[in-house]
Amino acid sequence: MLFLSQLINGLQLGSIYALVALGYSMVYGIIMLLNFAHGDIIMMGGYFALVAFAATTNPVLAIIATIVGCVVLAVVIEKVAYKPLRQAPRISLLITAIGVSLFLQNLAQLIWTANTRAFPSTEIIPAITFNVGGLSISLNIIVTICVSVLSMVLLAFIVQKTKMGKAMRAVSEDTEAAQLMGINVNNTITYTFIIGSALAGIGAILYCCRYPIVNPTMGSLLGLKAFVAAVLGGIGSIPGAMIGGFAIGLAEVFVTSIGLSAWTDAVVFAVLIVVLLIKPTGFMGASMTEKV
Amino acid sequence: MKQYYKRISMPARYLINLVLIIAFLAAGNAIVSGGVINRAQSSIILQVGIYIILAVSLNIVTGYLGQLPLGHAGFMAVGAYAGAIFWKSGYGASLPAGLSIIIGLIFAGIVAAIFGIIIGVPALRLKGDYLAIITLGFGEIIRVCIINLPSITGGTPGLMGIPKYSTFLVVYIAVVISCAIIHMLMKSRHGRAILSIRENEIAAESCGINITYYKVMAFAVSSFFAGIAGALYAGYQGLLTPASFDFMASINILVMVVLGGMGSMIGSIIAAAVLTSLPLALQALNTYRMVIYSLLLIIVMIFKPSGLMGTYDFSMSRILERIINFKQIRADKKAKKAGDANG
Repeated sequence: MLFLSQLINGLQLGSIYALVALGYSMVYGIIMLLNFAHGDIIMMGGYFALVAFAATTNPVLAIIATIVGCVVLAVVIEKVAYKPLRQAPRISLLITAIGVSLFLQNLAQLIWTANTRAFPSTEIIPAITFNVGGLSISLNIIVTICVSVLSMVLLAFIVQKTKMGKAMRAVSEDTEAAQLMGINVNNTITYTFIIGSALAGIGAILYCCRYPIVNPTMGSLLGLKAFVAAVLGGIGSIPGAMIGGFAIGLAEVFVTSIGLSAWTDAVVFAVLIVVLLIKPTGFMGASMTEKV
Repeated sequence: MKQYYKRISMPARYLINLVLIIAFLAAGNAIVSGGVINRAQSSIILQVGIYIILAVSLNIVTGYLGQLPLGHAGFMAVGAYAGAIFWKSGYGASLPAGLSIIIGLIFAGIVAAIFGIIIGVPALRLKGDYLAIITLGFGEIIRVCIINLPSITGGTPGLMGIPKYSTFLVVYIAVVISCAIIHMLMKSRHGRAILSIRENEIAAESCGINITYYKVMAFAVSSFFAGIAGALYAGYQGLLTPASFDFMASINILVMVVLGGMGSMIGSIIAAAVLTSLPLALQALNTYRMVIYSLLLIIVMIFKPSGLMGTYDFSMSRILERIINFKQIRADKKAKKAGDANG
């Protein structure tokens, strides 16, 4: 029974990681950028939710405001900071992403101070607990898992069935060839950022409902772990990000439950290293063959 | 065309460099001990020295080998704890201070280099971003181990009572020797092999260069000097906490290398000096300090993606040669211009 409740716990955490990891993976797939600012977009999302809820006291409006806020923020970042660097060496793009991440953290600190704030999690998802055959499951867990799975199904539909999804797949396969086929690469990249950051907005609310606090540095560790999840699953691969997210979430919960909570982060990274050494492109990553 | 320019002979070049080194030492020593600057400023000078070693050593792997490691602070941490534990132990305390400092620094470097080899052998099988993330992972694991082994490392509260050996003279000599060794290594046969791997791995391999050997060697040398810098940091702080070796510390060093220009030693040195002293310079702006720092970073990358110095490297002898041959160079340029106009 303990095992089952830990399993559900891990699935909840894993589904949040998976949502965030999708944002990393999609952006990487399309412009080969390790977007370090993604975790901080989630942190900003947490603050957006806090501010919007304080202003409207309406959970639905707060959720919409958070998602819109994250999308606008990500698009502005992409246009201002990443777009001028399309032709630059990739490491310059990486440093820019780190700069954006630092900027967002310090901006949040400037606006909302460095103090940790309580997040009204029970106002957004009521604290109800169900009893299923001796197993107590909170509404929070059910909502998190359902919303995540729904978002992923929707994402899979967009990527596989719509025209824009087709364009996204084409650009990530070969940017120049896609451009020759008449695909507007810049719009496709913006679209990718919109989807990735909308998922980040959803992830922000779900994460804050699980750990009901908000502070300017909360994004960095979450971002790092989601990033690990994306790499574990094979960066650039959408199903890979989902699998990686669940794997990291479950690993973390089980390591904590056997009493090694101080070693959680080390175990997460050790899992990553072992997987990469056995399969250097992650679970689902396409193997790259180099032409001479 | 070039052969009739006057050249400076090699012994003269060494002499010029030696004179420069001593002049800088004298100037630095006069500034630090002469009371021209206050305590905060002289401690910044020590930090600059430590970060110069870190940036130049990371430049071996990032700039010259062309890989992207994100765990440099991990090696710095290994060196810092190794040096601190040596100095605190009976062996270190029984030796005279000067000898103890030298042995401690070398010991720290060797321990860090061993970690570099242990981590490098598996990590360097991977390429590009996968290498980045795996070194990040190792760096974090080193930090978590430091936190969770309090009997050796002091745990989260930190390792206290480390003798404060890092004076200006010690740091300065360490910086000069590190930079000189790295410079000579990169100009040697081995350095050329490392550069060829950056340019094209497959071509280098087909020319008979043992890629794995040189990658691991570059990694080990890089972590050796990171370890020395770590030990200097331990001797400067007198206190080590695992929080000072987190992911952001690695990122800070990488930022210095990229901002200065990858593969340019003078770039790394200038960037390390500027970025380390920037927080002090921006103190007046206090709350806006970090926001300005991050904006500057983004702006520099957008307008100069190859870094401030590109791949330019400073050489006093080259500048002197240009001055000696000034007339000749100008005449050649004129002749070339006239030739272009006629043709």
